[in-house]
Amino acid sequence: MFSIFAFWNYMDKDVIKIKDPSLPHKVVEIANSMAEVKLFKTWSTQFGARVVWALKLKGIQYEAIDEDLSNKSALLLQYNPVYKKVPVLVHNGKPISESLVILEYIEETWKQNPILPEDPLGKANARFWAKFNDEKLLPSIWSAFTKEGKEREEAMGAVLESLKFVEEELKGKKFFGGEKIGLADLVFGWLANLAPVFEEVAGLKILDERYPLLLAWQPEFSEHPIIKDYWPPHDKLVIKYQALYEKYHPAK
Amino acid sequence: MEQVQLLGMWLSPYSYRVIWALQLKGIAYEYIEEDLSNKSPLLLQCNPVHKKIPVLIHSGKPICESSVILEYIEEIWPQNSLLPCDPYERAIARFWIKFADDKGPIVWKICGTRGEERQKVIEESLEMLKTIEEHGLGDKKFFGGDKISMVDIAFGGLAYWPGVIEKVLGRNLLEAHKFPRLHAWTKNFKEVPEIKENLPDFGRLLKRQT
Repeated sequence: MFSIFAFWNYMDKDVIKIKDPSLPHKVVEIANSMAEVKLFKTWSTQFGARVVWALKLKGIQYEAIDEDLSNKSALLLQYNPVYKKVPVLVHNGKPISESLVILEYIEETWKQNPILPEDPLGKANARFWAKFNDEKLLPSIWSAFTKEGKEREEAMGAVLESLKFVEEELKGKKFFGGEKIGLADLVFGWLANLAPVFEEVAGLKILDERYPLLLAWQPEFSEHPIIKDYWPPHDKLVIKYQALYEKYHPAK
Repeated sequence: MEQVQLLGMWLSPYSYRVIWALQLKGIAYEYIEEDLSNKSPLLLQCNPVHKKIPVLIHSGKPICESSVILEYIEEIWPQNSLLPCDPYERAIARFWIKFADDKGPIVWKICGTRGEERQKVIEESLEMLKTIEEHGLGDKKFFGGDKISMVDIAFGGLAYWPGVIEKVLGRNLLEAHKFPRLHAWTKNFKEVPEIKENLPDFGRLLKRQT
């Protein structure tokens, strides 16, 4: 006898695809479509990578839809009318946009392998650094990548100042999340995946001996089995960003 | 008794976000007005990264960034909740709080710019308001539905600043016929007792902009 409580308990588990042959077919169909998780992203987006890592850390099956941003799908535009950007997570047919908002949603919906600490102060700290990365560090690095001369120098100055604070935050910890990967690690993940690309393509010195803790963190993060399983490839990123760099710095 | 202090500044809508949240939850706190041209050692110690207000200090521990502070307040003092219970509804709320953080500030730039740049900033501000009007508010009294929520608090600056800006510009910004929902919302928001009793003085704001 299959009780309604057993059904809803089943829905909460990691295993999305319900294969129990004793369940009526319609129930299985409904359960599977309701439990669908889709992620609209691109192969290279660092914001999308954060979401992929979070889903994988929690063992959540999802369907990835890689967008061509020069030709956005009608679905993407429907799901994110405000920004028309990736990533967008769609769960049970409902879309969520903005990577940090998506990460909080994932954390609240799937409680296994938490990426935020339990205590409110610890949560506030993780959120603070996520915001710091997105609002201060990333814009500075982008300025350094796209600008020239004095503007580039100033932008790099801002990056290095910011990195000093980030380095401080790692003191006594293996990851920003402590012993395990947390929200801040996922958000700073670009430092391991993309920063080396910027260093190569734009000749920027980002992570060097001035930041020993960050240098130690890089391989801890990039070699973590879950993280390394989704890793926008370096060579492909170099090609992409080389082309972008040339756009911003046309040969005279 | 836990000690709650707020380092704030009367001109800052971000400072007011925290005041409103604490008031709505009935939390007693000590308000410390900062002189941003002469920042206190306490502020610099509590927020070494940004050196900005607001900073909430709870039992000696500082929390910085107003939207981070709002989430903290909601968790520590769950009474009169400012976020919905359902994770999806919470995601929608957080999306708009982030929108208020990321796109809202364009409005504060109007008074500080001139000529062509000011025109551009005004156009961008109107676009931003249009987005909220069309996608954010719907036909609800508040962003949260029937009662005030963290999203309303996040957008709170829009309930009083446009009036000041309009006086400075000598033209309308948040016109009732162009933004009927937002216009109604500004009235509803300011009528909530905890908000009404905690708004900066209009005359003082105007004087500061002119």
